[in-house]
Amino acid sequence: MTANREKLVLVGNGMAGVGTIEQILKLGGIYDITIFGSESHPNYNRIMLSYVLEGSKTVEDIILNDLNWYKDNNITLHTGTTVTRIDEASHQIFTDNGMAVPYDKVIIATGSNSFILPVPGSDKDGVVGFRDIADCETMLAAAKQYSKAAVIGGGLLGLEAAKGLVNLGMDVTVVHLMEDLMERQLDRNASSMLQAELTRQGVKFAMGKQTVELTGEQRVSGLRFSDDTELAADFVVMAVGIKPNVALAKDSGITVNRGIVVNDYLQTSMENVYSVGECTEHRGLCYGLVAPLFEQGMILAKHLCGVETNPYEGSVVSTKLKISGVDVFSAGEFIDSPEHTVISAKDDWKRTYKKILLKNNIIVGAVLFGDVTESANLQKLVKQGTEMTDAIYAEVMGTGCCGDGGAKKSMSIEAMADEEIVCGCNGVTKKAIVDAVTENGFTTVDEIKACTGATRSCGGCKPVVEQILQFVLGDSFQQGAKQGICSCTTLSRDEIVAEITTKGLRTTKEVMNVLDWKQAEGCSKCRPAVNYYLGMIYPDTHEDEKESRFVNERMGANIQKDGTFTVVPRMYGGVTTPEDLMKIAEVSLKYDVKVVKVTGGQRLDLIGVKKEDVPKVWEELDMPSGYAYAKSLRTVKTCVGSQFCRFGTQDSMGMGALIERKYERLDFPAKFKIAVNGCPRNCAESCTKDIGIVGNDGGWEIFIGGNGGIKPRIADAFCKVKTDEELLEVCSAVMQYYRETGNYLERTSEWVERMGLETIQTAIMDNELNRKELAARIDFALAQVTDPWKKMLEDDSTRTALFEKTTV
Amino acid sequence: MELTKQEVIVGVVADFLPRIGRVVVAGNVELAIFRASDETIYALENRSPHPKGGPLAEGIVSGYYLYDPLYDWKIDLRTGEVQAPDQGQAVTYPVTLVGETVKVSL
Repeated sequence: MTANREKLVLVGNGMAGVGTIEQILKLGGIYDITIFGSESHPNYNRIMLSYVLEGSKTVEDIILNDLNWYKDNNITLHTGTTVTRIDEASHQIFTDNGMAVPYDKVIIATGSNSFILPVPGSDKDGVVGFRDIADCETMLAAAKQYSKAAVIGGGLLGLEAAKGLVNLGMDVTVVHLMEDLMERQLDRNASSMLQAELTRQGVKFAMGKQTVELTGEQRVSGLRFSDDTELAADFVVMAVGIKPNVALAKDSGITVNRGIVVNDYLQTSMENVYSVGECTEHRGLCYGLVAPLFEQGMILAKHLCGVETNPYEGSVVSTKLKISGVDVFSAGEFIDSPEHTVISAKDDWKRTYKKILLKNNIIVGAVLFGDVTESANLQKLVKQGTEMTDAIYAEVMGTGCCGDGGAKKSMSIEAMADEEIVCGCNGVTKKAIVDAVTENGFTTVDEIKACTGATRSCGGCKPVVEQILQFVLGDSFQQGAKQGICSCTTLSRDEIVAEITTKGLRTTKEVMNVLDWKQAEGCSKCRPAVNYYLGMIYPDTHEDEKESRFVNERMGANIQKDGTFTVVPRMYGGVTTPEDLMKIAEVSLKYDVKVVKVTGGQRLDLIGVKKEDVPKVWEELDMPSGYAYAKSLRTVKTCVGSQFCRFGTQDSMGMGALIERKYERLDFPAKFKIAVNGCPRNCAESCTKDIGIVGNDGGWEIFIGGNGGIKPRIADAFCKVKTDEELLEVCSAVMQYYRETGNYLERTSEWVERMGLETIQTAIMDNELNRKELAARIDFALAQVTDPWKKMLEDDSTRTALFEKTTV
Repeated sequence: MELTKQEVIVGVVADFLPRIGRVVVAGNVELAIFRASDETIYALENRSPHPKGGPLAEGIVSGYYLYDPLYDWKIDLRTGEVQAPDQGQAVTYPVTLVGETVKVSL
């Protein structure tokens, strides 16, 4: 029975309100909870909307609590419903669709709305804010139909919106009133570096422009500025700021300034009515960022559960721009004035900038551009008002002086309040992490992640989680933190490989048995890794274990989220023939392929093949597998080269095809990409490939360790060779050395940094015998490989078991 | 009201490769059937409890657990329960072995 439970009504189904409810549930609060949301979606992570626009996440990806969560916690949820009034006298709330719900306590968490500039024309079609999923969907749709966009506002949101629209193929101009972008978070130096970087990424700027009118008929066609200049635009995003949504509070007679006024326990002027998040005003400040809302929610939750808590005293805010490849951070005070001592380092070559502001030797603010690895640390130092010391200086300015940074770090962890949010994405506090260590005996970041969710979303808090582990575990950290390749073992990759070799272990089962695995049959992390190590060590005798392969490798095609597959045939060096294209077209039509797409590696994706059709598609294509799914050589990208190009000095198409044929099918620790260029113009982009080859008049230049993916890295110059034979020998040696020493799933970009470029050069270029042995070993391994598509077509029983749907 | 359960034969043990899932359509239910290393056989609805759905049959089987192929959720084959930190439950169906014949109650 729930008759005597107090009734708690939450108005606003966003991050602040639901975050508070989550804390109340964790604290065991006994309430009958009802939540009202005016959007039709369940609770989602608004700060990740930029990723939805950018295309790296979907709306479903950013849902924080799905409908089951509400059900599981006995919460009544009304979406698409707006609360219009709180009646103090009758203790009821009223909604726009006629509901009247009694309450004992109310939390208002109505957030904020986009601020729309009150200029003539702002109500025209094609003018939107950037605030919720609906705005995001409007922008995605507009990009398909229109080409020229203007984003008014050069702040965080405006820039993220602009970059998103550029990614969607629009011509985008950011219009900003000030001369500096993000002037409320960045100083002039960082701001100009940011503008330069975004310009490089295709965003245009109109700085120091005040919009006075939006022109056009029904639909917007352009902007007119105060200096009488104009800008054409058929789509306009207003990102000039947010306006706390105070309508409900105002209509209910609650005190409102800019936001809903609350005290240090988040109480409004109406008894039993509280407010958190962007709609509130605390000590004269309204916040528009995520950290304050978690901090407020935590204090309110404790207050409502009768748990003793410190008052809320305001938040130190910090900023991170969510645009890939543009790292910007600021915290606390960032514009220097005469009372500050300024430490700064600007590096125009590396495009980095770092500034720390001190007041009476206390760290009060910081700005980082280009390299934000110290951001978590600096945020903490600012928050705690830490005094600058030689050791901290050495640590954050990276002078190479070792000092006692470790000791300092644990001191700052010690000073960190229990309630402080460590993981902003999932609202995990320091205390939750410390408890996970002390109560469950966890000793690794992975275990903490599995238990609390910290580091699970963006991973930015990982360094702090590590520091907390180190602090709590003290001396035992070293031992405890001895990270195995996964949670099934404490052994490292090198130890496993050594044990396999010295003990002559032959199967994953033997490895896990003999080496005392915690989970007898391993997990989805170690099984594929051990299977790879066995194959690398015994190329001729190891029987590949299909049951230890990820789905894509087992099936020979890439699984899509709906369970269909993508089939990618080989196209050596990116070259195909009209006959092959016809065959691809015919098969695509016959099997109803959803999309045919040219990949970034110069070949064709046949997307959306039904699982049971996959083998038939292979059979009818009758082409080799392109290994688009594999931890092995993907493609060799080429330019046109000396066969046709007037600048080409080497036959890049020929060499690319030769290399792709020579090294295809062999397993590597991770996917492997190569490019071959006929001349130093580098049209095939060698600098972002695992091996990049550039032809010149006298021979070839070889680069290694490049990556264009999630963590971009420009390849290092490795060596120059004169002949094709030398080129192949060096490639062979590099690949085999990587196969033998790389951690499973470690890309060459990470491998080169871990091993050191010089070590690899010494092993391969300074030691001819070693080079030839490496090349011989890869040739031996290559002699064992077969085409998996053909093999599967010949193996009736496995093919049936894997691909066919039996109907009974 | 008593619900009548229907038992269907989905094949013989040898139809199911050890630790590799197989899809069987029984009536209007699509099943993912797994054979663990100790020869016990489990039948789950071939639909991930992840909010975005997707199939289960292509996951990695370890002991009595399945790592789902799309999101790497760890699911108990015996109960369908999703392991922490994720939450949810896959639908499971009882399996009986009569000699080599595999039967599933729907």
